[in-house]
Amino acid sequence: MIIKVRTGGDRDRDGLTAAEIELRLLEFGFVEGARVEVLHEGPIGGDPIAVRVDGIRIALRRAEAMNVVLAPEAA
Amino acid sequence: MTSSRIDTVALVGNPNCGKTALFNALTGGRQKVANYAGVTVERKEGIATLPSGRRLRILDLPGTYSLRARSPDEAITRDAVLGRLADEPAPDVIVCVADATNLGLVLRLALELKTTGLPMVFVLNMIDIAERQGIDIDFEALSRELGAPVTATVATRKRGLETLLELAASQAEGMRASPPSGWREPSATEVRAAHRQARELMRAAVQPPSRPDTLTGRLDSVLLHPVGGVAILLGLLFLMFQAVFTWAAPAQDLIEAGFGALGVGAAAVLPDGWMTGLVVDGLIAGVGSVLVFLPQILILFLFILLLEDSGYMARAAFLMDRIMGGAGLHGRAFIPLLSSFACAVPGIMSTRVIDSRKDRLTTILTAPLMTCSARIPVYTLIISALIPNRTVGGVLSLQGLVMFSLYAAGILSALLVAFLIRKVFWRGGSELFMMQLPDYKRPEPGNVLRNLAQKAWAFISRAGRIILPLMVLVWALSSWPAPPVGAQGPAIAYSAAGRLGHWLEPIFAPIGFSWEMVVALIPGMAAREVAVAALGAIYAVGGEEGALAGILSRQWTLACGLAFLAWYVFAPQCIATLAVVRRETGGWLWPAVMFGYMLGLAYAAAFLVFQASRALGLA
Ligand SMILES: Nc1nc2c(ncn2[C@@H]2O[C@H](COP(=O)(O)OP(=O)(O)OP(=O)(O)O)[C@@H](O)[C@H]2O)c(=O)[nH]1
Ligand SMILES: [Mg+2]
Repeated sequence: MIIKVRTGGDRDRDGLTAAEIELRLLEFGFVEGARVEVLHEGPIGGDPIAVRVDGIRIALRRAEAMNVVLAPEAA
Repeated sequence: MTSSRIDTVALVGNPNCGKTALFNALTGGRQKVANYAGVTVERKEGIATLPSGRRLRILDLPGTYSLRARSPDEAITRDAVLGRLADEPAPDVIVCVADATNLGLVLRLALELKTTGLPMVFVLNMIDIAERQGIDIDFEALSRELGAPVTATVATRKRGLETLLELAASQAEGMRASPPSGWREPSATEVRAAHRQARELMRAAVQPPSRPDTLTGRLDSVLLHPVGGVAILLGLLFLMFQAVFTWAAPAQDLIEAGFGALGVGAAAVLPDGWMTGLVVDGLIAGVGSVLVFLPQILILFLFILLLEDSGYMARAAFLMDRIMGGAGLHGRAFIPLLSSFACAVPGIMSTRVIDSRKDRLTTILTAPLMTCSARIPVYTLIISALIPNRTVGGVLSLQGLVMFSLYAAGILSALLVAFLIRKVFWRGGSELFMMQLPDYKRPEPGNVLRNLAQKAWAFISRAGRIILPLMVLVWALSSWPAPPVGAQGPAIAYSAAGRLGHWLEPIFAPIGFSWEMVVALIPGMAAREVAVAALGAIYAVGGEEGALAGILSRQWTLACGLAFLAWYVFAPQCIATLAVVRRETGGWLWPAVMFGYMLGLAYAAAFLVFQASRALGLA
């Protein structure tokens, strides 16, 4: 389960501000309380990854995924 | 009812929820539908007629997750919804289209759309799939919570359309003067709040699937396997090029024989003289030499359409992301680049899904290096003329292998060029990449066939509109002026084309091009395959008999054929591509850059290949 979605930290790049990265993660459904499951990893260096977020399959790069803090779900 | 003004209904929703399928069903349109996010990148409009005779103007828009547009395609949706387009007010009604199997994200979008103050209808599309999965949706609860009527459709089966139109029409009645929009960019806190609200809605109105789709998960565990998945992707691409080369042969022979007979028939009917020359050598030989490639182009498109409609495209993008990222390309560049295998023009347009301008420009500049279908005639002609029809290792055809390596050369050079652009011109890390992976679907036969017919027709009508008139020109220039009395050598050498070719020949001598090849390059500026037609006409006027491939195998050395192939891997010869680059980048700078760098590469590659193969004794 997601416990926190952070801003993109100090990674202001290419007109993409840290806050923008957070907003985009949010718009794709990475929001506190959502259930996340990692489904697949890419062929090179395990990047990108495919995850299921509340039933929706999404591919994203690890760099962005680092802003999503997860906690194991209490059984 | 006679209303002087037609109400406008905008279809808005997440990518890949079926907006365009719905648009086509409502308006009888023929816009492209495929199973991946980001198919529609333009605003399209059409007219739907209600049973009452009342008409509604329907807008199809690019999919988006939010009105806070980031990429150029999303900006089109935002501007259309908010009435920011110069020549158009805001729509009268928004139809928020949802994929009924995936409601989480669209409910949040619907809440955001509500803040515009426009009347809204919420439509649960793909309700067939939701029913199959046993997803139970309480329409009344949804409608109450959203404050908008809710209905369901199956766009691909044209179910539920009338109800939708009635609802949209009555919503348009409700509010005449459009209210000032209350929309502004939501902050992160507001997005979180909207998500919470959307989740409450889900809990209240939607029962999770009792028979969830397990097919997608099972297929993905194979197709996205780190090793197996990549092997399958490469295998698919290889199969595609082998098929283009081998499956088309019977149909091609048939078309070739048809044009041959047509030429003989025309020669018998027409009076001797220049008329016969024009019709037989110019038109039939020229246009025929291009139309024989129709079967190959259809096979290529069939493969691409099946990949697109099944949902595999997004997986291919996933597998390729790291490799593309290594070259500095955006993850979403894969789909534009892959559709450039068919034609760079739609490929370049679909780069609108890429948000960063630099990433988008890099993709635009490299897209024409992908081997487009117009190169197929050039490649196949020369391969079948000069490469022996042998098998390698018992199963693979040598000709297919050469074809595959030409495609590989295009891909590798695109990666290399992208890499150089990123390293030399604009540095910086690669962009954000997030993409929904759609559920696999069985491709719709009707959709695939309709698309295929459209492509076939486009190819044939191009032969009529562009190739035919150019062939008249090529034929005239290579027939006149007639040689002076007592002249030595073939008549064509004295014609305008012959003189021009001989005059330009020294420039092309280092890359091994004969004057016929040089002349063919010029009308080939209009479109790549025209070069083939021009070669057909030039050799026919020059008195060569038989199929063009046979003529080339007598006239060309292997070194010079390989150089010609190398030229065409890079040749910037397509006016339509340059025009679309101008439109998408808003100026002549980037088309000029593209033309220049591709021309340079074409010359350099042909030079290297020609000199190397001569050194190896292939001359
Ligand atoms: N089973 C089923 N499939 C549908 C339905 N509507 C659309 N599809 C399929 O869903 C996929 C996406 O449809 P599109 O119309 O291209 O989606 P879109 O919303 O226009 O997508 P973008 O233009 O990328 O935003 C296609 O493969 C369609 O065949 C439906 O009602 N039922
Ligand atoms: Mg669409």
